[in-house]
Amino acid sequence: MSAHPASATSVPAPRAGIRLPGLSAGLGRGLVVLYLSILVLLPLAALTNQSLTEGLGTFWDQVTSTQALRSLQLTLIASAIVVLINAFFGTILAWLLVRDDFPGKSVINAVIDLPFALPTIVASLILLELWGARSPVGVDIATTQAAVVVALCFVTLPFVVRAVQPLLMEMDREMEEAAASLGAGGFTVFRRIIFPNLLPGLGAGIALAFARALGEFGSVLLFAGGLPDTMVSSVYIRQQIESGNDTGAAAVSVVLLLASLLCLVLVGLIQRWAGRHERPAPEVDTTIMPFAGSGGAG
Amino acid sequence: MSGTATSRWGLRVLGLGYVLLLLLLPLGLIFFKTFEHGIAAPLDAITSPDGLNALKLTLLMVAIAVPLNTVFGIGCALLLVRHKWWANPFIDAIINLPFAISPVVIGLSLFLLYGTTGWLEPALAEAGIKVLFSVPGMVLASVFVSLPFVVRETVPVLQEIGTEQEQAASTLGANAWQTFWRITLPAIRWGVAYGVVLTTARVLGEFGAVSVVSGSISGQTQTLPLFVEKQYQNFNLPGAFGASVLLALLALTTLLAMNLLKRKEDA
Repeated sequence: MSAHPASATSVPAPRAGIRLPGLSAGLGRGLVVLYLSILVLLPLAALTNQSLTEGLGTFWDQVTSTQALRSLQLTLIASAIVVLINAFFGTILAWLLVRDDFPGKSVINAVIDLPFALPTIVASLILLELWGARSPVGVDIATTQAAVVVALCFVTLPFVVRAVQPLLMEMDREMEEAAASLGAGGFTVFRRIIFPNLLPGLGAGIALAFARALGEFGSVLLFAGGLPDTMVSSVYIRQQIESGNDTGAAAVSVVLLLASLLCLVLVGLIQRWAGRHERPAPEVDTTIMPFAGSGGAG
Repeated sequence: MSGTATSRWGLRVLGLGYVLLLLLLPLGLIFFKTFEHGIAAPLDAITSPDGLNALKLTLLMVAIAVPLNTVFGIGCALLLVRHKWWANPFIDAIINLPFAISPVVIGLSLFLLYGTTGWLEPALAEAGIKVLFSVPGMVLASVFVSLPFVVRETVPVLQEIGTEQEQAASTLGANAWQTFWRITLPAIRWGVAYGVVLTTARVLGEFGAVSVVSGSISGQTQTLPLFVEKQYQNFNLPGAFGASVLLALLALTTLLAMNLLKRKEDA
């Protein structure tokens, strides 16, 4: 778990390992801080400043305006439904990829990462073609709330799979065999032995998927559209930018930002908790976690 | 769970059915629809002046953002792993920020910083530099969204390789640069390469952040993903499909590269 703030520094300082070549550490640090400040921190400071520029009262009014509130509600509820769906199917898929064997398994294993590699606007377009007005199977859910859910399911699919997969691979099968030999049925073994062991990975995967779903934009745009009923917060923000309401856009952005950060903090806590209980810590990385363990195909 | 044959097949149907309906069928359909009436229409769309311009601009984003974030990523990873500093946890957390932030929010942040009322506007106007609705703003957005990948992939590899070989090299008289080029870089190369692949894929496909700062002006500030949206809105389906298939092929290439690199890394 490299992304955890503590882990980068927990490595003992080497006595004479390579230092930054050709640069003193101080200069290197200066450059890194400068790069991050200009590229990341300054824009975010401008965003926060804009959201508060007309005072806290305006901030509150903007966030609680009918349409803003509606978009935040939809975003939260849809994201919650989506992570539950993907927790279910993601666990099944991780199981299939680790414990089952079937032709084309390595292809499926590779394809799980497709939602990450595929541009989100293309995801929106392809979902619209299959599940929209021109659907060859006659199922048209475009511009409905169901479309929001399907689009978010698409983009967050890899998270749970990739968080659970390494735990399943490392799991000691003796426990399961012992339980089975004592007469536990398949479902009991899963519920009492396997599931508790997968919990840290499942929790981390769910939190990461939730953070991703909260901010998702491109995949929802064409498929779900921007009707009052189907407008998620990111689409609302762009709409407010286009209509010149910078403060409103910034206020909702700050709320969205805080919610995602909360999810990341949660991931850190889950992993720390998993470490304390000496369960195998999920080999995930809060960032490119979907790719942290693409094993299991072999 | 030894599982009976029934439950095994049940799981297979559920899991694979989900992937089929959600990922594979939509992707397959778009390929089919694009080439249904031959290759001419999608090809025309991509080779139209606007299409070619979008392709060129997308490649320009990659050419600038990927090297920048690769150099930054390797340097930053070395600092985080090899140089203990009180601020390291904060740097580490800031690097993760782009993953937690909605692309639209990233775009809006840049829009506000460089826009007409932004803090940097007076200085930039005086220097005659236009950031918003032009290439510099799009580059900033691309760099922002793809910033963490190389760092995140390089840090664990650096931790894993340790410092013994480097110490041996420096004992034998190698200077820091020689040690870096001959020992460290070869040892971390697959991790870095993996990060580069992820960075490239992210920059190629970035939509939300770039759409806010670019204004999506056809033939001028339109990358391929923005081109897809515009073509779709203009009811030019062959154009939207053609560009989508091109991007999908790039995504599949990315998956292939990821798998090859993962194997190299594990080997």
